[in-house]
Amino acid sequence: MSGTFLGMPGNFPKNAEKAVQNSQLRFNLRKATHTIRGKRASVVAELPDWKELRAAAKAVKDETLRHLDRYLVQLEEAVTRAGGHVHWARDAAEANRIVTGLVQATGESEVVKVKSMATQEIGLNEALAEHGITAYETDLAELIVQLGDDFPSHILVPAIHRNRAEIREIFLEKMPETPDGLSDEPAALAEAARLHLRERFLRSKVAISGANFMIAETGTLVVLESEGNGRMCLTLPETLISVVGIEKLLPSWRDLEIFLQLLPRSSTGERMNPYTSMWTGATEGQEFHLVLLDNGRTDVLADEVGRQALRCIRCSACLNVCPVYERTGGHAYGSVYPGPIGAILTPQLRGMGSELDASLPYASSLCGACFDVCPVAIDIPEVLVDLRAKAPHGAAERAGMRVAGWVLGDEARLAKAQRLASRVRGLVPRRLPGPLSAWTDTRDLPEIPEESFRDWWERHERP
Amino acid sequence: MRVALFITCVNDTLFPGTGKAVVSLLRRLGCEVDFPAAQTCCGQMHVNTGYRADGVRLARHFTEVFSGYDAVVAPSGSCAAMVREQYPKLVRPGSRGAAAVAEVAPKVYELSEFLVDVLKVEDVGAYFPHRVTYHPTCHSLRGLRLGDRPARLLSRVRGLELVPLPAADECCGFGGTFAVKNPAVSAAMGADKVRNVLGTGVEVLCAADNSCLMHLGGTLDRQKAGVRVMHLAEILATTEATG
Amino acid sequence: MSAREEILGRIRRAVRDAPEVEIPRDYRTSVPVDDPVGLFAERVDDYRAVVHVLPAAEVPAKVAELVRGRRMIVPDGLPDEWTGGAAGGAELSGADGVVTGCAVAIAETGTIVLDAGPGQGTRAQTLVPDYHLCVVRADQVVASVPEAVARLDPVRPLTWISGPSATSDIELNRVEGVHGPRTLEVIVSI
Repeated sequence: MSGTFLGMPGNFPKNAEKAVQNSQLRFNLRKATHTIRGKRASVVAELPDWKELRAAAKAVKDETLRHLDRYLVQLEEAVTRAGGHVHWARDAAEANRIVTGLVQATGESEVVKVKSMATQEIGLNEALAEHGITAYETDLAELIVQLGDDFPSHILVPAIHRNRAEIREIFLEKMPETPDGLSDEPAALAEAARLHLRERFLRSKVAISGANFMIAETGTLVVLESEGNGRMCLTLPETLISVVGIEKLLPSWRDLEIFLQLLPRSSTGERMNPYTSMWTGATEGQEFHLVLLDNGRTDVLADEVGRQALRCIRCSACLNVCPVYERTGGHAYGSVYPGPIGAILTPQLRGMGSELDASLPYASSLCGACFDVCPVAIDIPEVLVDLRAKAPHGAAERAGMRVAGWVLGDEARLAKAQRLASRVRGLVPRRLPGPLSAWTDTRDLPEIPEESFRDWWERHERP
Repeated sequence: MRVALFITCVNDTLFPGTGKAVVSLLRRLGCEVDFPAAQTCCGQMHVNTGYRADGVRLARHFTEVFSGYDAVVAPSGSCAAMVREQYPKLVRPGSRGAAAVAEVAPKVYELSEFLVDVLKVEDVGAYFPHRVTYHPTCHSLRGLRLGDRPARLLSRVRGLELVPLPAADECCGFGGTFAVKNPAVSAAMGADKVRNVLGTGVEVLCAADNSCLMHLGGTLDRQKAGVRVMHLAEILATTEATG
Repeated sequence: MSAREEILGRIRRAVRDAPEVEIPRDYRTSVPVDDPVGLFAERVDDYRAVVHVLPAAEVPAKVAELVRGRRMIVPDGLPDEWTGGAAGGAELSGADGVVTGCAVAIAETGTIVLDAGPGQGTRAQTLVPDYHLCVVRADQVVASVPEAVARLDPVRPLTWISGPSATSDIELNRVEGVHGPRTLEVIVSI
């Protein structure tokens, strides 16, 4: 059983320092992120109207959020009309209680799961386990994480930090039916997972999913996937429970024409993902429950700058292009939402009370690559900077920044400081003490010039 | 044309040679250069590190100092992007500050923008007989969208061999205070960038931002790699007479 | 207060001062494609599915050839000429394959969409067997995603299929064949 990230100690810089020293991890991440970057770029370039799709998607999401109350009520009516049951959960505990109750009502003690960020966010598997219910992850990468007693490290590909040889070892150890001769070819590993899960799919009575989109107008839920484990879970069991964040809404059926173009190309770099399932209410004799999850989302919604994070469709394009993520992997972020989107979403959903969460807005060089690829145009650097203004700052840093602000606030003070620096230029050690050693551990300092530009100008140019 | 030079606090304090290069280059191209002495800093470090109030004070100072000029030229993509992209987000719509930003921000140009778009010149008469690679810094590339302007300028420099930099669009890892707040990641990014630079076999690494070059140059020097870093302005200012 | 009322109340307070939004729909809602069937076939082939483009008259023989020796599920409502003479069954267990029609197909993305209508079976029937043969009529092929969305009825259970089951979970490389049908074969009847 994989653990949850909640209450993880440490902070991003410390976690990251450990991660960058792990050369196997660095290699795996580099290979995977560079592969997907290239694929994304080529399928995005195929669409001449990408910019227009992106602008429309951003506006549709903003409009949905502006009237989220109305659309949620509309969705509830449509789902109910189609024979489904709608539940509302203020937070993780309430959602877990609702789902546990629904599973218990079926009399089952096992459920199959389709990969879902929302259920990871609320720690549903652990909550179910406390009530004697075992949740089996069926997505290949989730299975790898679950069997490896590991944490997910990517939104789309939770086992991105593992390479084929490591996956083979996990399978051999944790799936008893797997033959010793298993090769580490991806096709063979996928086949082993197929055999491992086949019977479970056919006999499971309850499935739990999330959803990529919910359509307010029609009550339709949409799940995009690749392997067919989603179709198995959504179709075969007698009871389906979907736990979905309230921001996953789209107003109208037509809006899918935008998002079904943007999401697959942004996430797996395909023109279309292998399978997309859409269902409305209770379908083909199934019992259907929809749990609408807030869990901090309405707090995010209240923030004028930060609310754009709720446009996120979890494509993970921002992770794949992020130079920081590429070098640290997802675990350093201590959240089910890693990478650039995690750095703005986690501190908003959880607050910045812990050292880890307060360090996340700084887990970025503000290079802007994430904003460029975001299919719903979330200005991640803008939100990061805004969160930094709200984050708690250490006393030493505060004092240093205050002095710097005072010096820079007036040209005479700045000139004086520059002359002082020039006077001691020969005395600066190669390695600086204290927090500035962070610079000189790996980099030389620039030489301080004999005089500043402004003094030079004053001497030579002032008319 | 009368232009104000916004030197930026980093260049002013640590890289005066870049400022001198801008002055000589712009004069060679017929501009009258003014250096408003009251200028200090755009406030980027404070804003981006989470000290917005201090940053806003510096931004207000900036708009006061540079109000009334036809053009303000900065040898820094990052600081120019701060003024143009971030200032409008720091002010309340309809406020006096917003009006001041609306007046000044659009006139602030990064050097290569000013040369190519305003002066409409690509051959600046420079001579620099060396192998050079160019690193497009993030704020020049994705903030200001400088595109190939710097490359167009460099490719017209006589004697200069411009070698393409692999993975040029990737961040070098400087990121302002990121370099000291997340030193391990910053250094790892810097090391990868430097590896790409060394792979090109150049003598000089060029960029439009001395802050990124300070990080990369510091990494190169620590490795005793033998590659020099130079600001774009310094290459463009070099002529057969001066070089 | 119920969770529902509380969440709706929080939302109303949160967006009180948020601006209204205009939605620019300047993207392409239809795409001019000279040869939609050709593009569709090419894109399906990119997913490593097998594609045959055949005159309508030749389809029955092709289906017969492909289903020979397999235990096929033949869903209700499938035109007789597309059954290939397979002994029509609906039983999931023991079936090797399924032959269906579709509701719509998308050229740009190489996608077929099933809506559980006549000749398309239940969702389980096209999922559990390892082989899926789908016959697409040329007039069902639209150029782009928006054109497909416009043709579909969201109240029906919809399954969008783009190639065989696949995963990118190992090193972000696409590998065909996980839980869904490992072989997808498409006949476009022209």
